Amino acid sequence: MTALLSIRNLKTQFRSANSVVRALDGVTFDIDEGAAFGLVGETGCGKSVTALSILRLIPSPPGKIVQGEIYLKGTDLLSLSEEQMRRIRGKEISMIFQEPMTSLNPVFRIGDQMSEVIMLHQGDHKPQAIKKAAAMLGRVHISDPERVIRQFPHQLSGGMRQRVMIAMELSCHPSLLIADEPTTALDVTIQAQILRLIKEMKRELNTSILLITHDLGVVAGLCDRVAVMYAGSIVELGDVEDIFSHPEHPYTRGLWGAIPPVDQEKESLSVIPGNVPDLSSPPPGCKFHPRCASRFSPCDQRVPPLFETSRDHFVACFLYGGTNG
Amino acid sequence: MGAPMDEPLLNVRGLKKYFRVAKVWKGGWKRERAFVRAVDGVDFSIRRGETLGLVGESGCGKTTVGRLIVRLVEPTEGEIQYEGKNLACLDKKQLHPLRRALQIIFQDPFASLNPRMTVSQIVGRPMQIHGLVEKPRRDENIGCLLESVGLRKEHLGRYPHEFSGGQRQRIAIARALATQPQLIVADEPTSALDVSVQAQILNLMKRLQKELGLTYLFISHNLGVIRHVSDRIAVMYLGKVVETADKYAFFRSPAHPYTKALLSAVPSLDPKKKTEAIPLEGDVPSPIHPPSGCRFHTRCREALPKCYDEEPFFHQLEDSRWVACHLYP
Repeated sequence: MTALLSIRNLKTQFRSANSVVRALDGVTFDIDEGAAFGLVGETGCGKSVTALSILRLIPSPPGKIVQGEIYLKGTDLLSLSEEQMRRIRGKEISMIFQEPMTSLNPVFRIGDQMSEVIMLHQGDHKPQAIKKAAAMLGRVHISDPERVIRQFPHQLSGGMRQRVMIAMELSCHPSLLIADEPTTALDVTIQAQILRLIKEMKRELNTSILLITHDLGVVAGLCDRVAVMYAGSIVELGDVEDIFSHPEHPYTRGLWGAIPPVDQEKESLSVIPGNVPDLSSPPPGCKFHPRCASRFSPCDQRVPPLFETSRDHFVACFLYGGTNG
Repeated sequence: MGAPMDEPLLNVRGLKKYFRVAKVWKGGWKRERAFVRAVDGVDFSIRRGETLGLVGESGCGKTTVGRLIVRLVEPTEGEIQYEGKNLACLDKKQLHPLRRALQIIFQDPFASLNPRMTVSQIVGRPMQIHGLVEKPRRDENIGCLLESVGLRKEHLGRYPHEFSGGQRQRIAIARALATQPQLIVADEPTSALDVSVQAQILNLMKRLQKELGLTYLFISHNLGVIRHVSDRIAVMYLGKVVETADKYAFFRSPAHPYTKALLSAVPSLDPKKKTEAIPLEGDVPSPIHPPSGCRFHTRCREALPKCYDEEPFFHQLEDSRWVACHLYP
C-alpha cells in the first residue's frame, strides 16, 4: 500500500503578545490508502491542530505552520496557493466536526447546504445536485431523504445531523475524511450507529479516515493504526492491536491505566501525577519527563526520537534505545 | 451509627417531575398545554455507605432525579424518604437542617463556582450558613478540607479562574464536604474532564467515601465510570427506571433489552474483541408524548404484543435485581 497522506516534521505555532505556543512540535506520520488512522490524546495535545494544519485552516494570525511538509498523493499542500487549496477542501479532503449543530448553517435547508458542495466541486446544476444529495442521504440510512432535504438543521436530532454531515462530506467522494471527535456529543447507542456508518462508508467508498478522539474505545473499534499524542508530539505510533495490547510509552501506559473499562473489574485507576506542561515554555528534553516515574539521565537533556521497538511499533522514549549509541 | 447497614438511607417512591413547556401547536389556531415528563414515576433506594450509579442517555431524566433529591427542583408527585422524613413535603424552614446532610456536585466546574469568590469564601459559605464553625477557626478548617481533597492551604485566597478543571472539581468537592454531609449527589462530576484527571477525581471520591462513610448517588452516562464507582446500578430510560441490580449481576447478565443494548454499544478497549453492538434504531422518543405501554417498545427488538399498550410493572426478579419488562413476568 502507498501512503495517501504523509506528514513530515510538522510544526505549528501560535503567537501571543509575549510568548510562542508550540502546539505541534515535529509531527510525522503516514496514512495509507483506504486505512483508518486514529489520533488520540488529552485536551490540548495538538490533535485538532494537526487536522486544521492539514486543511490549512489554522487561523493566522496568531497561528502559523512554521515548518514541515504535508503530502497528499505526492503534492505538498503547504506549497499550494489558497485558490488551489480551496479545490482540495471538500473534494479531496473533507472534515466532520464534533458538534454537528454548529457546523451546519441553521438558516439554510439541508438540501441547499448539501447541493452547494456538489455544485462547487462537481459542476452540477442545482436540480441534479439536489438529486445527488438525496441519494447520498439514502446511503447514510436516512429513511425519508426527500423530506429531510427540505428541513432545517434544528428539526433534526443530534444523530441525524451527524448523518447529514457525513453524507455531505462524502458526497464528493473525498480520498481522506478527517473526523474530529465525531461522536463525542452523541449518546452511546447513537454513537454505535454513527461508528457503524463510518465503517460501512469507508468500506464502500474506500475513503481513508483520520479519526481524532480522546475515546480509546472508539479507536479500538474503528482504526487500523493509531498515534498517541502528548504536548504537541507523537509519543507512540503503530498498529492498533499492538499498541492496545502492549502500550510501551510511560504516558500511553498511564493513560490506558486511567480508563475505567466497561468489560472488566478494576480495583483502582492509575494516576499520572502533575499536569500537562504549558506549551509556551515546555520542559527541556522529553516533554513528559517531569511526570514520568521511569525517567533517567537522558530524559531531561535530549528529545527522544521515535524508536522502532517491534515491527511497525514506534515509541519516543529512551527506555527503548538511544542511550548507548 | 445506630442504623443497620441494610436499611436504606434514602428511599424514593413514585417520584415524578413534569416541566410545563410553552403551548404546543396542534394545527390551525389550536394550542395544547404540554408537559415534559422528565421523571415519570421512579422508585429506588440507596443504602447507607453505598454508591448507587444512575445511568442513562441524555434526556432520560437522571439529572432531574439528582436535583429532586436535594430539592433544587420541586417534585410534582411522589416521596423522597430520608431517615424517616419525606423530603418532598417539607417546607423551606424544615428543609434547612437537612440540606446540611445532602449535598451535590455538579458537572461543569467552570459554571458551578462563583468566579468572584475566593476559594475560602466558596468553601466557607456553607459552614457559615449552617453555623458549623466559628469564624476564627474557619480558615484553619477550610485549609484542612482543601488538603483532604488534594489542594494546598495556599490556595485559600485564590479565585476559580486560577485553577484547572480537575482542581476546580476538587474545590466543588471540598464545598460539598464542608457541611459534613451523609449523602452526596454527584451529577456527572468527571464528564468535563480528561481521562487522566477523571481518574484522579474518581480515586479521590472513593477514598473520601471510605474515610468519611459517605453515601453517593453517582449520575453518569459513562458506563465504565459507573462500573468503577458503583455498588448498585439503576438504568433510566425516558423518565423511568427500567432496571436496578447490584454491579456484578448487572454487568454479568443484564436483563432489560435496553440495558443489553446500552452495554453492547460501549466500544471495548480491546481491538480484538469485535462484539457487534445490538443496533437500536432511531432516536429516543419525545418525553412530551412518551409511547404508550412500555416506553422502550418503539426501539425494542424483543417487543411482545402487550408491550404496545400495557405498561410493565417494576418488580423484583432476583435477590438484587428489579426490572420493568414484560419479558420477565
